[in-house]
Amino acid sequence: MPLVSSPGLLPLPSLGSNLLAAHELMSFTLGFHIVLACLGVAFPAIALTANYLGLKHGDEAAMRLARRWSKVMAVTFATGAVTGTVLSFEFGLLWPRFIERFGSAFGIAFAVEGIFFFTEAIFLAIYLYGWKRLSGWAHFWSGTPMVVAGIGGAFSVVAANAWMNRPQGFTLDPAGKVVSTDPLRVLFNPAWGYEVPHMIFAAYMVAGFLVASVYAVGMLRGRRDRLHRLGLLIPLTIALIATPIQIFVGDMAARAVAHDQPAKFAAFECVRKTGAHQAEYVGGVCTSGGVKGGIAIPGLDSWLVGFSTGTRVTGLDSIPPAERPPANTLLHLSFGAMVGIGTALLLLGVWLAIAWRRRRDMPRTPWFLRAVAVSGAAAIAALWCGWIVTEVGRQPWIVQGYMRTSEAVTRAGGIWWAFALVVLLYAGLGTGAVLVLRAMSRRWREEGEEAGEAEAPYGPPAAAGEAPA
Amino acid sequence: MTRADVAAAIRWIGATLYALFGGADFGAGFWDLVAGGAQRGERPRGLIQSSLTPVWEANHVWLIFILVVLWTGFPDAFGAVMSTLYVPLALAALGIVLRGAGFAFRKSIRRLGARRAMGATFALSSVLTPFFMGTVAGAIAAGNVPAQGNGDAFASWTGPLPLLVGALFVASGAYLAAVFLVGDARRAGGREAALAARSGDPATPALPNPDLETYFSRRALGAALVAGAFAAAGLVALHAEARYLFDRLTDQGLPLVILSALCGLGVLLSLLRGWRRPLRPLAAGAVVAVVWGWGVAQAPYLLPTSLKITESAAPPDTLAAILAVFIAAAVIVLPALGLLYWLSQRELLND
Ligand code: HDD
Ligand code: HEM
Ligand code: HEM
Repeated sequence: MPLVSSPGLLPLPSLGSNLLAAHELMSFTLGFHIVLACLGVAFPAIALTANYLGLKHGDEAAMRLARRWSKVMAVTFATGAVTGTVLSFEFGLLWPRFIERFGSAFGIAFAVEGIFFFTEAIFLAIYLYGWKRLSGWAHFWSGTPMVVAGIGGAFSVVAANAWMNRPQGFTLDPAGKVVSTDPLRVLFNPAWGYEVPHMIFAAYMVAGFLVASVYAVGMLRGRRDRLHRLGLLIPLTIALIATPIQIFVGDMAARAVAHDQPAKFAAFECVRKTGAHQAEYVGGVCTSGGVKGGIAIPGLDSWLVGFSTGTRVTGLDSIPPAERPPANTLLHLSFGAMVGIGTALLLLGVWLAIAWRRRRDMPRTPWFLRAVAVSGAAAIAALWCGWIVTEVGRQPWIVQGYMRTSEAVTRAGGIWWAFALVVLLYAGLGTGAVLVLRAMSRRWREEGEEAGEAEAPYGPPAAAGEAPA
Repeated sequence: MTRADVAAAIRWIGATLYALFGGADFGAGFWDLVAGGAQRGERPRGLIQSSLTPVWEANHVWLIFILVVLWTGFPDAFGAVMSTLYVPLALAALGIVLRGAGFAFRKSIRRLGARRAMGATFALSSVLTPFFMGTVAGAIAAGNVPAQGNGDAFASWTGPLPLLVGALFVASGAYLAAVFLVGDARRAGGREAALAARSGDPATPALPNPDLETYFSRRALGAALVAGAFAAAGLVALHAEARYLFDRLTDQGLPLVILSALCGLGVLLSLLRGWRRPLRPLAAGAVVAVVWGWGVAQAPYLLPTSLKITESAAPPDTLAAILAVFIAAAVIVLPALGLLYWLSQRELLND
């Protein structure tokens, strides 16, 4: 191994702290990107639904929503594209050994992703800027490739992640170098079948609840016109349809993880000793003496894994100490939060369905709107929790069973500085995006639909129209 | 040709397209930066914005393409580059974030102060990003990236050659952008004249766009000269710092170098004579020829002179997958890209 030949930006950062810094930087930037990625995957379908309803029924409010949402997408897409580009750099900058050793296998999925990114960027531009000059239906159809590209993009990135959990499709020489690959086996690894749909439905939930929550807040503030009702109902319906499917897929995922990634499962379920009749714990802190403070449901954990309380579940005692995931309590609570939020959102759907059957309208109580108003944040929280379960639960491995994260990390100095800079930068980026979106919505309210952007970037004040923004 | 050569060629095609479209995209930002105060710069900035808006995201996917093909097809080289040149690469990534955010936010806000701040962010990072990318290319050309990685984090890219290549990236982008904008200004002028003629309203005379055309053709001329000067200085630096590349560039690569110079002269002539048609193909030709000249000169090496293409290549099935993706991209993406540029050139895309 070559020694560190560069002094780095900081005097002698130790590798240990480099690993931690790289962890923090990676998870922070991924956590940020993933929210925008969800909008990239699912927002086009939501906007196109409104567009379709608008065209089909000549519904002006639906058309207006589609137009507004496409402008919102322009902002979230740009933010998603730049944060995604940062991730591509980061793989190399933070984990050069990982890419060096496994890039020829892991990278295949990302190469496929390129096609979808192009498709998405191209048709987004056509849809976004084609409102004025393309005919209604031609314009609608120009948006549909985005839906396919979003799903394809999610497939390829998450297949790469699934491969890190269940690597296959390559052979190593004695020195550990990849000497041959089987691209199809890399892509269609055993974990893709549940991770990919779970992510896609998560994206539809996050985007749907998030957009609905914006209009719920508006309605709570007294804006109860048709625009707001539709703006709430269209995305909410889409998200609520995704919810039960998501729970079904999640259940499948949990069983598969129990089988294929027993260390992860044992860690997030706090299973100490291998055996049958394992209890399921709701909440609580994992300690070496078992779960403290949670509610125990006897036998349920075993039952969930094998539909019988007699099912044997691998405990951490069967995993060599050096291969046990860290932070079991964090994993346990994250998993619990994801499941809890999923269940709560399912109940929200049940509530709406009952009210709709009774009166063909949503529940009248403001509590319903309040629940929708927080559903977007809740879905994002579930998304993050799920990723914590997947990623922290895989530790200490970066490629399960083949490469430890500590072997993969860069030797470059100054990662903590980079982390601090990126946090500041992304704080600015996030704040900027939110401010821009709020200013746009205020402008729409005050000046009506056609309050577009000024023509030139910044003309003299009189020409640019110093709008109250 | 081995599969490794094919994969290397695919990456080079990606690099060429990025140099053209990404380069022009950055260059437009350069002209935004130097367009002057709000009053004076209003019209050039307006043209720049309307030309860039529909295409800037697609233009940058080429970068992702290059990165991904490199890390999948040539993982060792990727690791070596990343673990050595992380400083300019991180700065380029920073520039990409600031540029994208600045551009997208500027379009969507109204307040003059905030627009200016966002515009300045966009424009400034449009210059810094290609500069740092250029230093990366220069450092690789100079042979400063050792095959096993972890080369010197600063000395590797702060020599004369990397810095010159950085400057050359900025200048050639500005040159391409100015040439493209000449055409855009012409079209925008034609459209406005047609609109005014149709409305027959003497109170709104056709906006005099010929002046924007002149504006950008003067700048294209300046940028062409500056880029040419940097390229010539680059050759001198190449002679001193990258002898291997220099020797091959003046041997195998010579026809392409000459072709590039001829295209460049053709652009100058067209600009002086006011010929518009050959302008874009010639300007693009000058850049493509240089990029391929470099590729030919570097040929068996990915990192001159320590890592050969074949030594760094991924296993054959991975390379075949890259080829398959490339073919799929050619079938799906190229027509779509063509559609996008066609629609945007026909002014069917605007808001
Ligand atoms: C809206 C978000 C959301 C909701 C409501 C749920 N999940 Fe989830 N979950 C995710 C969003 C998510 C994710 C997108 O964050 C993850 C991370 C990796 C992945 O494939 O999906 C995930 C991972 C993930 C994993 C780990 C997979 C692995 O590491 O390979 C399991 C076992 C579950 N989920 C199980 C569930 C169950 C039983 C749910 C029932 C309610 C559930 N999830 C709801
Ligand atoms: C699909 C895509 C993803 C891929 C390919 C991926 C890949 C990686 C890689 C290479 C690491 C470095 C190893 C490490 O730091 O331990 C990592 C860590 C991590 N990722 Fe992911 N990741 C993906 C998605 C996500 C998302 C969306 C999130 C968050 C919301 C996330 C959260 C984390 C966390 C928290 C860690 C650190 C684990 C630890 O510190 O123990 N990942 N991931
Ligand atoms: C480790 C992980 C990841 C990397 C390296 C990554 C990389 C990227 C890159 C480079 C872009 C910009 C493409 C452009 O310029 O148009 C991007 C955008 C995007 N990414 Fe990611 N990504 C990661 C995780 C994810 C995940 C987990 C998903 C989805 C489920 C996702 C979905 C998207 C989508 C849909 C876009 C399009 C632009 C947008 O929606 O804003 N990405 N990503």
